[in-house]
Amino acid sequence: MSLFRTILFVAALAGIGTGLIASALHLFTTVPLILQAETFENAGEETAPAVTTDVHEHAPGTAAHSHDEEEWGPADGIERNGLTVIFTVLTGFGFGLLLVAASEIAGGLKGWHQGLLWGLAGFAAFTVAPGLGLPPELPAMPAADLAARQLWWVGTVAATAGGLALIAFGRSPLLAVLGVALVLAPHVIGAPQPDSHESPIPEALHHSFVVASVAVSFVFWALLGGLAGWLRPRLARPAG
Amino acid sequence: MTTHNSRDAAASHDSLHSSLASRALQITFAALLGVFVLGGVGFSHISAVHNATHDVRHANAFPCH
Repeated sequence: MSLFRTILFVAALAGIGTGLIASALHLFTTVPLILQAETFENAGEETAPAVTTDVHEHAPGTAAHSHDEEEWGPADGIERNGLTVIFTVLTGFGFGLLLVAASEIAGGLKGWHQGLLWGLAGFAAFTVAPGLGLPPELPAMPAADLAARQLWWVGTVAATAGGLALIAFGRSPLLAVLGVALVLAPHVIGAPQPDSHESPIPEALHHSFVVASVAVSFVFWALLGGLAGWLRPRLARPAG
Repeated sequence: MTTHNSRDAAASHDSLHSSLASRALQITFAALLGVFVLGGVGFSHISAVHNATHDVRHANAFPCH
């Protein structure tokens, strides 16, 4: 089997298994808190002036459209939760591809225990590091510009992953120091913050959400790494 | 995947160098596919995609809204 197909199958199977379990955990922990937060969000909207939904005119050549609050969204219940399951599985597949691809550079995962350690590195790079500057947030919470936060998130993940790789695989103290500096750099720069942190969401609700989100993420990464490490030697044929 | 297979074929009877290049390409393609999938789930600015992935983005702390 070609290396690409090996990575693809390991990531897909590990992602499906991890996604199914993690989405079940989310549906019982984080999702109820998101729904609770939305009651504060909607309470705020009711007092706001009515939003106009008129179709309006643009320059010639622009298709007629309307900016309204009725953009498509899943119905609450099975449809919404079903999408959460599907997209958590896809998240597992995506992160699985990155984890397995990165581990192939280092020679490929040899077993579940090694995979678990790679999963912990993924947890550090994709949850802990970006979460320090941009903690998991609920709907209706104030936040800085979306694109700026996304850029900081991606930069932080890349710097942390690169820094951890230098620490783990660098064979000199200088590389280790460089690795530590890389992990720290995004936090010296600082994440984009909103003008005001004033929020309609109670502090206790947000705190519960941060704990639930980080805890489920920890299980997610431990499972993803462990499963990928267990699957990799079984799916890669010696000839491949 | 035609280009992909031809790279495999080349790698199987060529020098160590081309085998390494083939590995590097395949790892890169796999990682890019991962970035593409995660970009769609966690970073799309398309409203319908955002609404569909809303709870997953919040629950996984992808920047949202």
